[in-house]
Amino acid sequence: MPADSASNSPGGLGVEFAQFAKRYGARFALRNVSLSIAPGECVALVGPNGSGKTTLLKAAALLIRPTSGSVQFSGASANGAGRDSHDDSTAVKRYIGLVSHSTLLYDNLTAEENLVLFARLYGLDSPDRRALAALEPAGLAARSKDLVRNFSRGMRQRLAIARALLAGPKLLLLDEPSTGLDRAGQHWLGATLSDIAAAGCTVLMSTHGAGEASAFVTRAIRLLAGSIAEDSAVSGDARGMLAAALAAHQEA
Amino acid sequence: MALARPIGILLAKELRTEFRTRELLISTLVFVLIVLVLFSYTFEPTTAESKRFGPGLLWMALLFAGSLMLHPSFTREQSNETLVALRMAPIDPVSILAAKILANFCFLLAAELVLVPIFAALYNLRIVPVLGRLAAVLVLGTLALCIVGTVFAAISSQARMRELLLPLLLLPLLTPALIASTEATVGLLDDPPALSAVYIGVLAAFDTIFLTVTWLFGEYLLEE
Repeated sequence: MPADSASNSPGGLGVEFAQFAKRYGARFALRNVSLSIAPGECVALVGPNGSGKTTLLKAAALLIRPTSGSVQFSGASANGAGRDSHDDSTAVKRYIGLVSHSTLLYDNLTAEENLVLFARLYGLDSPDRRALAALEPAGLAARSKDLVRNFSRGMRQRLAIARALLAGPKLLLLDEPSTGLDRAGQHWLGATLSDIAAAGCTVLMSTHGAGEASAFVTRAIRLLAGSIAEDSAVSGDARGMLAAALAAHQEA
Repeated sequence: MALARPIGILLAKELRTEFRTRELLISTLVFVLIVLVLFSYTFEPTTAESKRFGPGLLWMALLFAGSLMLHPSFTREQSNETLVALRMAPIDPVSILAAKILANFCFLLAAELVLVPIFAALYNLRIVPVLGRLAAVLVLGTLALCIVGTVFAAISSQARMRELLLPLLLLPLLTPALIASTEATVGLLDDPPALSAVYIGVLAAFDTIFLTVTWLFGEYLLEE
């Protein structure tokens, strides 16, 4: 299925890794990972540092080329190998949101200018209005004219999350999104992600804690040394068990 | 044109951030000014001597200043991994490079606008009668410096010893453009002034070739 037709379907964007491997020098960050995430599924990635969580998220964000294997979105090939696949990759990117370890924000632009910049790059209508609408729920409307370099770590993280959600992604990738957030911020993040998941967006999130994930995650995957060590469903009736499951994965 | 819109958006971002901090412009201006003033004391700035050494000195100063100025254009995208955000946007990656080239071109031209009159005064050169033709040489030479410099700034930003790598890559590759720019400027300051079509042709060809190569392979330069 072409990327555009896949993306125009209601709900989330599915992602499928087929024998995906990524090597940096002599070290394999991911080893022949085969993984299928259905549209609308909410998946928590757990595992120790260096297990390949961030690399898997970068692969899903089309930021790295595989050493071998491929990643596909709802059936559309997105290897990004050369100009022929460029248009497909661009079409898919429109529907992917990323919250990374870094904020992905310009320190010398204001909060509003950052969001307006990305709203324009994503071709959204009324970028100024969209930016202000995104700042409101993040609790940053009053600081919209302040430079990001004057923000606290928690405020930057809220803005980073608002930026990722700006274009209404169908696949949301989050790399330890609660980093730097206080209790209120974590509560806001949990509520926001629950709403997004309820709207049918596919969520793939690496996490070291169960707080923000426990309300909506339906599946937990544990990575170990670049391979999938465990892949288990989390029952919808047993949300409370997710915390224990994630804690067990972390300890393992 | 699909490239024009993102280039315009990103160019506006580059200009806004630079004019807010003025980091690149001020350091470039100060560096070239120091070089020109120091060399004006090194030899007697009589008209004959200035016409021989002046143009080469100006272009060398611009080249070194350019390599200083171009280096941060990609390294400052690394502090918050903003380049990742740009690469994730649904735009042609070449537009990111093109906007950087255009921004660097604007910054260096703005610096030249201040520096060339000071250079003419310090070295006792009459540039007013050849201002239009000199502007054409400056535009073509500066564009050559910015295209190659920005591309290599993108490559070297991901390497170790990046501060050293950029001038090492840049200086040999820019030699044809540097010679053509210097010789064209020497001709303009001669009596009577003359602009060699050969050197202008070399600069135009250099710019066209490297712009085409950047358009064809630019997407790969921004990858991790």
